[in-house]
Formats: sequence, structure tokens, C-alpha cells
Amino acid sequence: MSWVSTLFTSSLGRKLVMALTGLFLILFLLVHLTANLQLLRSDGGETFNLVSEFMGHNPVVQTVAWGLYLFIVIHTLLGIRLWLANRHAKGQKYLVQTKANASFASKNMAILGILIFAFLMIHMGDFWWKLQFTDEPYALLQYAGMSHPIEDVYTGVVASFKNPVVMICYLIGYLALGIHLWHGFQSAFQTLGLNHMKYNGLIKFLGTAYAVLVPLGFALISIYIFLMQ
Amino acid sequence: MKLTLKIWRQKSAQTKGAFESYQVDANEHMSFLEMLDVLNEGLVEKRQEPVAFEHDCREGICGTCNLVINGRPHGPLPGTTTCQLHMRHFKEGETIVIEPYRAQAFPVIKDLVVDRSPLDRIIQSGGFISVNTGQAPDGNAIPIEKDVASRAFDAAACIGCGACVAACPNGSAMLFTSAKVSHLALLPQGEVEHNRRVVSMVHQMDKEGFGMCSNIKACEVECPKEISVTNIARMNRQYFSAMIGSDEK
Amino acid sequence: MKLDAKIPAGSLEDKWRKYRSTVNLVAPNNKRRIEVIVVGTGLAGASAAASLGELGYHVKAFTFHDSPRRAHSIAAQGGINAAKNYSNDGDSVYRLFYDTVKGGDYRSREANVYRLAEVSVDIIDQCVAQGVPFAREYGGLLENRSFGGVQVSRTFYARGQTGQQLLIGAYQSLSRQISLGTVEMFNRHEMLDLVLIDGKARGIIARNLVTGKLERHAAHAVILATGGYGNVYYLSTNAMNCNVTAAWRAVQRGAMMANPCFTQIHPTCIPVSGAYQSKLTLMSESLRNDGRVWVPKKKEDVEGIRQGTLSPVDIKEEDRDYYLERRYPAFGNLVPRDVASRAAKQVCDDGFGVNKSGLAVYLDFASAIERYGKSQAHQQGLDSSDKNLVRKLGEKVVEQKYGNLFEMYEKITGTNPYKSPMMIYPAVHYTMGGLWVDYNLETNVPGLFALGECNFSDHGANRLGASALMQGLADGYFVIPYTIGPFLSGEIRTPAIKTDAPEFEEAENATRARLEKLMSIGGSRSVESFHRELGLIMWDYCGMSRNAEGLNTARQKIRALREEYWKDVFVPGSMDDYNPELEKAARVADFMELGELMIVDALNRNESCGGHFREEYQTPEGEALRDDANYTYVSVWDWKGDADPQLYKEELKFENIELKTRSYK
Repeated sequence: MSWVSTLFTSSLGRKLVMALTGLFLILFLLVHLTANLQLLRSDGGETFNLVSEFMGHNPVVQTVAWGLYLFIVIHTLLGIRLWLANRHAKGQKYLVQTKANASFASKNMAILGILIFAFLMIHMGDFWWKLQFTDEPYALLQYAGMSHPIEDVYTGVVASFKNPVVMICYLIGYLALGIHLWHGFQSAFQTLGLNHMKYNGLIKFLGTAYAVLVPLGFALISIYIFLMQ
Repeated sequence: MKLTLKIWRQKSAQTKGAFESYQVDANEHMSFLEMLDVLNEGLVEKRQEPVAFEHDCREGICGTCNLVINGRPHGPLPGTTTCQLHMRHFKEGETIVIEPYRAQAFPVIKDLVVDRSPLDRIIQSGGFISVNTGQAPDGNAIPIEKDVASRAFDAAACIGCGACVAACPNGSAMLFTSAKVSHLALLPQGEVEHNRRVVSMVHQMDKEGFGMCSNIKACEVECPKEISVTNIARMNRQYFSAMIGSDEK
Repeated sequence: MKLDAKIPAGSLEDKWRKYRSTVNLVAPNNKRRIEVIVVGTGLAGASAAASLGELGYHVKAFTFHDSPRRAHSIAAQGGINAAKNYSNDGDSVYRLFYDTVKGGDYRSREANVYRLAEVSVDIIDQCVAQGVPFAREYGGLLENRSFGGVQVSRTFYARGQTGQQLLIGAYQSLSRQISLGTVEMFNRHEMLDLVLIDGKARGIIARNLVTGKLERHAAHAVILATGGYGNVYYLSTNAMNCNVTAAWRAVQRGAMMANPCFTQIHPTCIPVSGAYQSKLTLMSESLRNDGRVWVPKKKEDVEGIRQGTLSPVDIKEEDRDYYLERRYPAFGNLVPRDVASRAAKQVCDDGFGVNKSGLAVYLDFASAIERYGKSQAHQQGLDSSDKNLVRKLGEKVVEQKYGNLFEMYEKITGTNPYKSPMMIYPAVHYTMGGLWVDYNLETNVPGLFALGECNFSDHGANRLGASALMQGLADGYFVIPYTIGPFLSGEIRTPAIKTDAPEFEEAENATRARLEKLMSIGGSRSVESFHRELGLIMWDYCGMSRNAEGLNTARQKIRALREEYWKDVFVPGSMDDYNPELEKAARVADFMELGELMIVDALNRNESCGGHFREEYQTPEGEALRDDANYTYVSVWDWKGDADPQLYKEELKFENIELKTRSYK
């Protein structure tokens, strides 16, 4: 076996893949949140639609996006595989299950991950699928400075979030994401070996802040739109 | 104090086990194992087979004792082995559940006794410094910073009891393996062969059927010697650097 | 039979050097064909197996534990001596040699002890190279501390877990040889018989403790490194599974026990708390560096403490009797173990014991905490008259030095030793006696060697602190690789020993018959109850002090107990299975015989020396009274079963040291 295959079939190598893909997804969330923040502008959705247009058609972003999809699939499938392997490695469980020695998040990463993946499917079906594979799901708008009319994604988003069932699905998704991040952010650093007495506190702080603020940001935006007249 | 014990009984690795309940009259000054001694002597007097459990030094250092008490390896106290746990930490009338370590890599031998030989094989795969007897330079030839020696000691304090594996919901031996990797890699003597060591030990660990670390950190909480998961991060770092960065193909 | 210690000729300093240069060796190509069995994987066994493996011998190592790392060497706390003189305080090989012989009350062999002192320096180097994290100074160099019975600081240590770190070093070396294939490791195997072919040790019968199967293992030579027999007392600081079986099985096959009555009672152990007690826990001797031992001067204070109306911290300084400092001003709290233990027994016998049972004295750190606190305050430029501050700073220093011991004390007793003094009492700790060996560490059975605590060789009648680790590693790393040469160099033409020899057949059958007998008695008492009773007899009559009348009584009692044992013991379970009760039953059976031999030896030795204190032989001040004219010999016993054992004497010649009355005053 070459060293590459040895690395990626070892337990640590697989963990490395989980950590790196995870960190990439974490970074992506920030980009996504930045885009979503445009929903809050009171410009009738112009900025948001422009950003959507840019994201949807810029070749670099599109390439990265396909990487993103790949990473989501790898992170999910490998995660499930490791979860199953770990369950097998544990074998029989204890009669008494204690909560004393570990956080809820760390023990339930796989369940949370599957939940997030399910949410992602709904989310992608809701927007991405429509955009990619249906003809003209949204109305076209012509903005000043643009050479051609662009899709009014904004109105579509608002319409979706007005539906209470979709809304609740999203909120559950955000919650799962938050808990997943609560552990995942720091865990990725630990896996990569980025652990240092002086900076552990900082990583922990950033991870916790990220796990709270980012999902909260998504949630607040959704709720805002839900309540918006 | 009167206690009810719910203990896992299993005749051998091949047979199925089950919980059985026992009553025991203990007192608060007894150690947990002395309480089990009392139970066993009672069983022998009734001509029943006593509960098999492993123990030896009863001073918290040999790493032989290995009970899971109410779901926690070595019981509820932090930094304490089963043998150093005393009955004053339990309540009158309490029911205590005693189980063997659970991990696929640690099959049950009998009752509460499990086979922990995979840990030995991990050490054999590289957990040493290759120095033959008589080859050593003077003890003071290599000064080692006090703090470094002290950190190496913290990792070397591992007693090889396997509580980390038992505590881990994944049955992972990362804390054990990383403690040895760290102990040796922190010292200049061990620096020489650290690439080879970490790679070999990690691969042996995988081969033994332990689970993978998902940084749950229950191992650190349950470790009777309070070994830190910092060691796991160090091992990861060293492993990646050895696999990706070393000259060896 | 004449016992030949095979001490090399020449001056003390030249003996080992010359021996090493001239001893017969085995060539590398022959080593590969020669097999050696090592039983026990503590410091001595693991280091021997590793070193012999490195040399190229084919080694088979056995332990009854689940892993070689569990041996009881691991529990040694305080440290390991070496004549490095890093402290520049006048230490030397000769001084370590002298201290050890004197500490042993002049009942050890000069040449062996000198060799031990010589190789002590190599041990430290070897261990450092293996990665043992010894304590270090800020400059990065090795740190030392002092131990009982000496006036230099020559003890190297790794917090309070020196034994653990040294054993892990040896275990790692052993693991390396296992991975290289030179050592074949047999975990969970207990040696139950020695096999002799043509009078030479050629193998063992071992029981696989998981399957219960008896196995035959053959080799050209057999090394026993199976530790001491302190558990004959039931309560001791030894691990629960420490036993004499391997050595005693060798005795049954003709090996001889030397000085079996020399038992070390360690002065600083946590007192017994109740009848259910399974073992005693040592508090390291290093604590006596800073702890002061005392009892109240007044009986009414003692009463108050026992009834719980008075706390030790309430007792005024002038009402305390720091009896060690009073009786032994030169060494104070750091007198050797036998002296400290006896002194504790005396004050307790006089009614000054400070717990309910009257069997405890105080070990107090208050003045050390104050001293360190003041020094810290001074260093940090803080107010050294602030009592609370000084106390806090001092506690921190004490915690750094002895934290794990204090923690352990608190876990066991439930009281905080920083706030109120520890209670301690002597307990059985180590056995200086053991299989008789010559300079080669070979017993009187050719091809059978004994290392570490298992042999009798280096500590005389009393062992100094931090010397057991030294001896175990010296024997395993630096002595046996050479001294096995003379025997094995005569075996290079001997083909591999076959396990189908009739001798193996006989030994296996005898072992099976013995176990079957134990299983079949089906009596009414547990093994544990017999062991406890045996321990009490030994402790009461052959413990810290002995007298002829008591010893005679004890001998009768033990014989009666032994007889009852073989009629009334009950062993549950089956022979063909994992059965700890059966393991224990076989071990206790051997303890019952050994106990008698210890008593016979104690009766024979009409003097007091080291750990052996015969009440009939003491000075008016109550110190031990040796009889050099009549007892400067090693008592070597040939066990004859129910008949009286036969005594052989190895006269001890002191050519370099003048025999003096040991004084620590």
C-alpha cells in the first residue's frame, strides 16, 4: 500500500477527512449566513437576488460548490460509516448509562449529523433543486446595472418561510446544527492536533460562540421573515 | 450498610452472561473490593462460586482492577481506581450495578474479568525506546527541562487499566496509545524514533479492533490517573506529520 | 553438602571487574539455540528477560498477571539508590556498600553488596535512556533525595511512583524483545512445579489460568524472579496475589531457603481499620524526610484522642513525644526501617497508641509546612509572619513533593493529612530472606537462578529504603547476563530440552494430583479464612518481635492449621476453568509450609539483628543485641516436609568492614 492509502484507511486518516471536510463546511456556513443577512435589507430583496445570481453563475463559486456537495456527501457517508464501526467496536452497552462523563453533543454527533443531512435534503429540494432543475421556478427581475434579468429568489424564500411547517423543520435543523457545531468545531481542531495550552481557551470560546451565533443568526433571519408583514 | 449488588455473571467468553442480584452487608470504611471480598466469602460459605474480578496491588497503581460501577469505569470518584474507592461514597440501601468493561477488543473471560492483552500488543508495536542494556550514556548527559520531564511524567503515569477504552462509547484506545506516544516523544531520548513509533502504534491500535476517537473525552474524565486528551491531539499531530511529512515512503 | 558461594578471589574492588572479564561466555551462534525460562516479570524478571533477549538467547517469560506490567514492583513509591554522588555530598560506591551492609545488620555477603553498589550507577543511566521520567532540577539534571539509614542524598525518584516508572521502563524493553521475537511471553500462566532432569533445572509446569490446562515448558535454565513472601502474614503491603509458590515449588525440588525469618516491617503504613481488611497500604519512607513521628506524652491526652474529644493539633508542642528524635538524635526520623518500626511498637505497647485499637502513631507535617512556607514567602518577598499565607505556601510545596501520597491517604482514611497529622503503624513489607544463591545468583540446584526479592542475597537482616528497586534491576540488567554464562557455556552441546521426558510427565502428574486433592477436599472453610488465621499466627509470634516460647507455640499452631487445611478447606469451581479460588488455595498451602520454616529459622537464630528481634536478646535500652561470634552466618534450610528441616550454614566473612554495633544515636 502506498502511504496515501495507508493514511486514509487508518483511523486517524479517516478522522482527518472528517475534520477537514467539517471545517470546510463550517467556513461555508459563514458564507451562507453572510448571504442570508442580505435578506434583512429593506431593498425588496435586490441585494439578496444579486448575491444569489452571483453565487449561481460565477464559475469559481460553482466549482467550489460542487466541491462543497462532495464534502457534504463524504462527511455524511464517512461519518455514518465510522459511527457504525464505533458501535461495533463498543459491542454491548452498559446497563447503566451515565451522563456524568461526556457532553450530549459529543455522544450524539452521528444522530445530529443525520438530522442535519435530512434537513439539508429538504432545504436543497426547496431552493437548490428548483433553481437547478426546474424551468423558471421564480419570476425574472431586471435590476439596474445588470445586462439581463435575474431570478427573484428573494420572493421564493419569503414564501417558503411563511409556511409554518417549513419554518419548524428549519428551526429543528438549526438546533441540530448548533449542537453538532458545539462539539464539531473544537473536535476538528483536536483531531488535527491543533491543541495548545495557551490557545485551547480561545478555540473553545470561538467554537462555542460559532455554534451559538451562526445557527442563531439563521434562525433569527427565518423568524424575522416569518413574522415580516 | 446494607446494599444490593447487581453483578454481571458470565461463565466464559463462549457463554452468554446475565445480571444477578446479591445482598451484602458492608461498612463505610471498606474499600469497594473489600466489600466484594465479603460478598465472595459469603458465597463460598454457601458453597456457591464467587464472583470473579481482577485486582492485585489495591493501592491504585498496578492497573489490574477494572470494574464498571453504576455505568462508570472505576466508579464515581474522579482520579480513583476501583481499589481506592471506599464505601463511604455510597448510601445505605443503595443498589449498585457492577459490569465488566465493555469493548469488542476486550472479550470477557469470566464474570467481571476481561482480556486486555491488546494494550500489551500496542506497546509491543513500538511503545519503547530502542536501547539495549549497557548502551546508555551518563544519566546527566542529556539535561531535560523540568517542565518537560514533568509533562512526560503526566503521560507516563498511565497504569494501563483500560478504563479509557471502557469509558469510550466508541471503545477507542486513543488515550492509552497517545499517553505512551506522548511520554516517549516529549523526552529527547524518545525523539529519535518518534515517527516510526507513532505510525506503528496507531496501526496496531486499529488492527486490534478498537473504535475511533470522536473527541467525546469520557476517557479523560474516567481515567484514574487523570491523563489529558491533550495527548491525543499530540499523537494526531505526530501521526499526520509522520505520514505526510517524513522522508519514509 | 557444602555450600559454595563462588565468590571470586581478589580485592573487593576487583572481584566483579575481573569476574566480568574472565567469565565464560556463550557465543552468539550458540545463544540462539539456548532457551531460558524467566518466571515473573517484575523489575528483576522483566529486566532479565529483556537483557537476555537482547543478548540473543531464546527467552520464555511467564507471569500470572494479565500483563507483565502489573508486577508488584510497580507499587514501590520512594525511589532507587545509586552511588552517583551527583549531590556532591560524599557518596561513593564504597559508602553505598558500607551503608547497605551496616543497614542489613552485617548479615549479608560483602562481595554481592559491593557488586550491587558498583552497578547501581549503570542502572540510573539505563533507566534514563529508556525514558524513565526521573525528577529533575530546574537546570534539567537529575534530582536526589535522602532515605532512611544514610546520611547522603542518593535516592533518585519519579514523584511517589518510582517503582511504576522503572517497571514500565523494563516492561517496555521487554515488549521490544517480544516484538523482535527473542522473548516469548506467557501471560496468565502460573508456575506450579520445577522440572529437574539429571539434577539440573530444565523446565516448569505452568497452569494456564484461563483454561486451567497444565502446560510443560522446557529450557536449558530456569530463572525465578517471583518476588517475596510477605503475604504469609495475610496482611502486608504486598499485592493480593504475591505469593511464594514458584520459589516454594523449587524448594520442594531441592532448592534451599536462606534466612527465611528476615522480614521487613515497614514503619509507615496506614493502620488496620477492621477485620475485613484485605491488605495494608504503605506511605512512602520518603515522607520521613519531612514528617515528624510522635505520640502524646501524657496518657490523658491519649485517652482524649481515642475517645475523639481531643484532636492531635490541640496537643501542645511540649506535650508531644517525638520519640525517634529523642532516642536517635543523629538520624532522627530517618533511622532505618527496623529501628523505626520497633520504636513505634514500643510506644504503642506502652499504651501511647493514638487510634481506637491503640496501634498507631502520628506522622506530622505541620513543621515542614511551616518551614517550607516561610522559605517560599521569603523567596517571593511576601510577609513571612502571616500564618495563613505561610501555611498555604507550605502546603503547596508539600503537595508538590508528596501530593499523590497525601491524596491516597485521604482516599483510604477519609481524613485530610494537610490539616491533621497522618496516623501510621508498621506493617509487613518485604522479605530479605529467600532462595539461597551463590555469587552467580544460582541456587544450589544447577541451572536454577533466583533474582530480586526472590533471593536472599543483598540486604542481610534489614533492607534500606530505595534498595529493593536497585537490587531487582541490578540483578536483571547487569548481573544475570554475565553470571548465567558459567552455567550456560557448559550447555552449548545440550540439544533443545524435550517436554516428553519422563521427568515432565512426573511433575505434571504430581501437580495435577495436588490440585485435584485441593478440589476434592470439599470441607467447610474458605481458603481466605485459613489464610487469615495463618497470618495472625505469623504476626503474633513471628512478627516485629519474637521469643522462643511464642515461636514454639506458633509452630504447633501452624502444623495443626496445615493439617486442618488439607481436611477442611473448600475450593469452589472447577480445575479446568478460570478459578481464582483454586489459585489462592494452592498458594496458601505453600504459605503454610513456609510459615513453619520461618518459625524454625527464627527459633534457631538466638540473637537479634535487623528485622529479626528476639526479645531474649536486647540491650538494656531495648536495642537489638547481635551475637556475631555465633551467628555470623546465613541459615540455609533444606525443607524435608513433615520432618525437621535441615540447617546448612554459609559463614559470612567480613574482610573489608569491621562488625560494629549498629548505632543511629
